[in-house]
Amino acid sequence: MAPILELRAVKAFYGQSEVLHGIDVAVEDGGMSVLLGANGAGKTTTLRAISGMVRSEGEIHFAGQRLERRSTEAIAGLGVAHVPEGRGTMTGLTVEENLRLGAYTRAGRPDAGMARMYDYFPILGQRRRQQAGALSGGEQQMLAIARALMMSPRLLILDEPSFGLAPRIVEDIFAIVERIRREQHVAVLLVEQNATLALELADQAYLLETGYVVMSGPAKTLADDPQIRRSYLGY
Amino acid sequence: MHQLLQQIFSGLAAGAVYASLALALVMIYRATDLVNFAQGEMAMFSTYIAWTLVNAGLPFWAAFVLTLVASFLGGMTIERIIIRPVENAPVLVTVVVTIGLLLIFNALAGWIFTYTLQEFPSPFPDRPLFGALMTTRDLGVIGVTLVMLLLLFAFFRFTATGLAMRAAAQNPESARLCGIPVGRMLAIGWGLAAAIGATAGIMVAPVLFLDPNMMGGVLLYAFTGALLGGITSPVGAVVGGLIVGVTENLVGTYLIASQLKLTVALALIILVLVFRPNGLFGTAIVRRV
Repeated sequence: MAPILELRAVKAFYGQSEVLHGIDVAVEDGGMSVLLGANGAGKTTTLRAISGMVRSEGEIHFAGQRLERRSTEAIAGLGVAHVPEGRGTMTGLTVEENLRLGAYTRAGRPDAGMARMYDYFPILGQRRRQQAGALSGGEQQMLAIARALMMSPRLLILDEPSFGLAPRIVEDIFAIVERIRREQHVAVLLVEQNATLALELADQAYLLETGYVVMSGPAKTLADDPQIRRSYLGY
Repeated sequence: MHQLLQQIFSGLAAGAVYASLALALVMIYRATDLVNFAQGEMAMFSTYIAWTLVNAGLPFWAAFVLTLVASFLGGMTIERIIIRPVENAPVLVTVVVTIGLLLIFNALAGWIFTYTLQEFPSPFPDRPLFGALMTTRDLGVIGVTLVMLLLLFAFFRFTATGLAMRAAAQNPESARLCGIPVGRMLAIGWGLAAAIGATAGIMVAPVLFLDPNMMGGVLLYAFTGALLGGITSPVGAVVGGLIVGVTENLVGTYLIASQLKLTVALALIILVLVFRPNGLFGTAIVRRV
């Protein structure tokens, strides 16, 4: 299987300072890769570089196209759905309007896609007329993922979907993400603090430290690594 | 009693004009966080375009529609060329830029059309209605404003572009991640605001007569309306504009000399800022973390 996303020697900058120092990351088509690492390691920056939200150097290949120097909206239009840190839902719009926004780049009526999302996330169907800001944290995360999926993406980027959520809700959300990945053949690139859960689901894993990839390989290999077990899995 | 109702209705007609301009201000404020001090002069310039077209022999409504289209394109162009470069500049810079724009339009209109007062035709005959409670002209102005508001509401509520514009105003970064070209949405917003302003100018010109300084007072009333409604609320802008129109008319009729009416607006601004800085419809979006 060829990777759908491949970063080659990617550097990223905030102003003048270099925060990613040439990293290589790949996501298989329909697969799931996870980025692990402490706060400030450069995980979110990597995701933002892919979506064209920070200045970057190096090559970013996606489904036969090059992403660098494209605008964020153009990258989204190519089929990269990015759920940012803090979810990025439009709190002043209703649930349904948020989903309609997700379908902005797709031609035709969004009704079929919306029905499918209400099937995956029944709670969103019940709350479709409510302001997104009135939803609970878990529901907002579901809405953010559902909105991203409305784009019919080939790659779903999730930045700490478990942030601030109860463990049981996190498990629900990951179960649905896993189901969607299989049913819709969407590749997933995940940043996640919950390393145990992430390494269970992902097939490839990358460990970032201060802007470098210091370890990478099959998720199983990393899960068995003594250093990773000590630092990130806690056993 | 009869006189009171009369004054209320003619206040509503004036208020409809303030409401339109207030709405234009609020749209731009929400989308780009800047107050467009040139909104009134842009509307005045649009009105001169309509006046030129009518004088060239076009039927009134054809001139009206053409002017709206020209204003829409003009507004988009201004956003692209003048506002975009200072998009992320400090607020003082954008204030100076829009005030500069005000002066440019004012001078340009004086240069091209001179400062002489011009008569502007009204599409509505000036006949008394409902036992002289209001005139057909008042009713026409209120009607045109209502139709415009309904069209705008439908646009923002039911079209993909309208929804995308609301999203771009609320959270530009998230909107981009949905594939929405935020820059183009802002330009459309400026275009719409210019077209709304043009409507206000054309509706008020038959009453005020056309000259380059025509919109000065109107802009002040519109600001008051927008502030009263809570500067971020489109509904608030409309309600605020109507309230200002009626208040101004009643106070001018019963309390003070009508030459002093403009102070009513200033007094209202101060009252709002002191007692209710968020206005009547200040945004209270429900939020949970």
